[in-house]
Amino acid sequence: MEIGLNHYLVLSTILFAIGLVGVMRRKNLLMLFFATEILLNAVNIAFAAISHYYGDLTGQMFAFFVIAIAASEVAVGLGLLIVWHKRHNNIDLDQMSTMRG
Amino acid sequence: MELLLYVALFSPLVGSLFASLFGASKKNIIAGIVPSLLLFTSLVASSILLAFVLSTGQHVKVEMMTWMATGDLYIPFGFLVDQVSVTMMMVVTIVSTIVHVYSIGYMDHDKSFNRFFAWLSAFVFSMMVLVMSDNFAGLFIGWEGVGLCSWALIGFWYHKESATWAANEAFIMNRIADLGMLIGIFLVYWNTGALQYAEAFAAMPGLEHATLVWMGIFLFIGAMGKSAQFPLHTWLADAMEGPTPVSALIHAATMVTAGVYLVVRANPLYDLIPSVGIFIASLGAFVALFAASMALVNRDMKRIIAYSTLSQLGYMFVAAGLGAYWVALFHLMAHAFFKALLFLGAGNVMHAMHDELDPFKMGGLKKVMKGTFIMMTLASVALAGIFPFAGFFSKDLILEVGFVEHHYIIYSVLLFTAGLTAFYSFRLVALIFHGEERYKIFGVHPHEAYKFMLIAMSPLLLLAVTAGALKMTYFEMVTAVLPATEYHVHSAATYWIMTIGTQLFVIAAIAFAYKKYANSSVKVPDGTSAIENRLCYKVLWNQYYIPYFYEEYFVKPYRELSSVFWRYVDMKVVDATVDGIANILYTTGEKTRVMQNGNLSTMLRWMVVGLVVLLSLAVVFGLAVRHSDEISLFLSGLGVK
Repeated sequence: MEIGLNHYLVLSTILFAIGLVGVMRRKNLLMLFFATEILLNAVNIAFAAISHYYGDLTGQMFAFFVIAIAASEVAVGLGLLIVWHKRHNNIDLDQMSTMRG
Repeated sequence: MELLLYVALFSPLVGSLFASLFGASKKNIIAGIVPSLLLFTSLVASSILLAFVLSTGQHVKVEMMTWMATGDLYIPFGFLVDQVSVTMMMVVTIVSTIVHVYSIGYMDHDKSFNRFFAWLSAFVFSMMVLVMSDNFAGLFIGWEGVGLCSWALIGFWYHKESATWAANEAFIMNRIADLGMLIGIFLVYWNTGALQYAEAFAAMPGLEHATLVWMGIFLFIGAMGKSAQFPLHTWLADAMEGPTPVSALIHAATMVTAGVYLVVRANPLYDLIPSVGIFIASLGAFVALFAASMALVNRDMKRIIAYSTLSQLGYMFVAAGLGAYWVALFHLMAHAFFKALLFLGAGNVMHAMHDELDPFKMGGLKKVMKGTFIMMTLASVALAGIFPFAGFFSKDLILEVGFVEHHYIIYSVLLFTAGLTAFYSFRLVALIFHGEERYKIFGVHPHEAYKFMLIAMSPLLLLAVTAGALKMTYFEMVTAVLPATEYHVHSAATYWIMTIGTQLFVIAAIAFAYKKYANSSVKVPDGTSAIENRLCYKVLWNQYYIPYFYEEYFVKPYRELSSVFWRYVDMKVVDATVDGIANILYTTGEKTRVMQNGNLSTMLRWMVVGLVVLLSLAVVFGLAVRHSDEISLFLSGLGVK
């Protein structure tokens, strides 16, 4: 059986679903970052696959952008995480509730 | 001349505004004197205008400003001084100047002295707008203005339940009539395209008869309310709750005659519809008799005079209805003088008797109140129509009009009423000033009013006595704008028999009143005497049960209905809807604020929910676009376009 576009898209969807569940269920901030990475890479896979399918490089270029942005975002996020950890000695999401409505 | 017109019109307004500056402060004599002086200025200006109109026969007409101009509608704010309005201006300014000066004394001990003058002057201003306006719209403004001031002055002592009730009654009754008036004005505008008297009346002969009849009827309904004609008459007697100077000025001399003025002013209209004229005259005759009969038994001094006003207004409407407009206006003028005098005299008596109104509890006051006694007697003589007082010339003229126009029923009703008028007027005079000093039982020590009050009243006395002499001058003046019909009984013998007969009849009525009420056997009625238990006495005493009828059949059902509507429509539907909307918003907010509990994890979950919703919407929309043809086919199958 040849690996076609649909396989990639199914993989992408499964990864995205895993990421979403991670975002919803995880209480550890570090794990949350992992989950977002999974989400972003699920999208990247879809981009690359569709780009290859149509023979158009735009999608792959976009995937690179996403990787670059995700890297910088994680850098900033980890910085904040370290500061938070130094102050409060934990990275539990449930403790971060100062922005109460 | 135009400047004088503005002075005459706006002086009372300035006086009113001046007095209202002191509205909240303590009694200040300045607040009484300045408006009186300004009114005197207005009187002087009106007199000069009168002299101008009388000598040159010209009108003074100004257009102060454009009031409304939209599309075809153009209503300028204009004022007109012609022979008719200058008469009214003179009546209004003379009586109101006197009443103002008198009130300085009368309201001396009242803590709302300043407020009184603010309203009284405001009333004069509204009345001047009413009579000077050259169009129906301005007339209507004045009409409403006098209604408002009348409300405020009847309810002047608002701490009294009865006064506020009477004020509201007067206002609401007038409101009903004003609706008629407004419809009349709309009809005039609709059909003639103008509200200016001159243009509107010029266009009227070309209109259909039925339209004119409706116009006449609706305008007359307005007049009926203001002039307290049956069936809208009950407010006038109750309006006596106000201070007596107010009764003298508003509810005798000026405002209540506005209805007569309207009919006189609209004479070109009423000339075209004689059938409505006959109706007005018949109603007038009926009211004359009806009101006079109620005055026969009443035991409230001011109400007796109020009923007599009502009765005299009936006379005026008879004259106006029969086309004798100048006679109506002449009687209006003469009546204003002697009726205001009568009321001011009654005010003196009330002061002397510490607000006692029942003439049966007075008696023998002529010894202590000589000036008031003379004035009230002469005013009553004038009212009764004895030669050569004002009433003789004006009232007998109305009788003659009825006779000459061959309305013998109206004539005999009016003649009979003239006898009743004489009887009840002198019943009042006899009870107050003659006979035993019954007030001693009640421990009252009466005293005469201030000198300046009596002096202020004297011009009215002079006019009440001599106004009749002005008849021919007056006739020549007003007939420049009103139909000049002279009413002469053709045969001289008939004329003399009629005149002397009327005089004898009236004198007999006076003598009877004196004989019955001026002797020492008059006692304070206690409800046990034979006459008080007679049916006709009871009917008259209860004002033909009309107030009772209104209370039972209009006020109570209306109150019930309002209560039902309040309970079921307002509370259950309107309030419930509004409250429901508020409650929905409130509960939604209450429930959804849990979403924002500050927990990042929860927020993320909501974000996912939002994402899923948006995604599914995008999918649904995408599918719908792709299958739009099938969907529209399916919908048209269901009958949806």
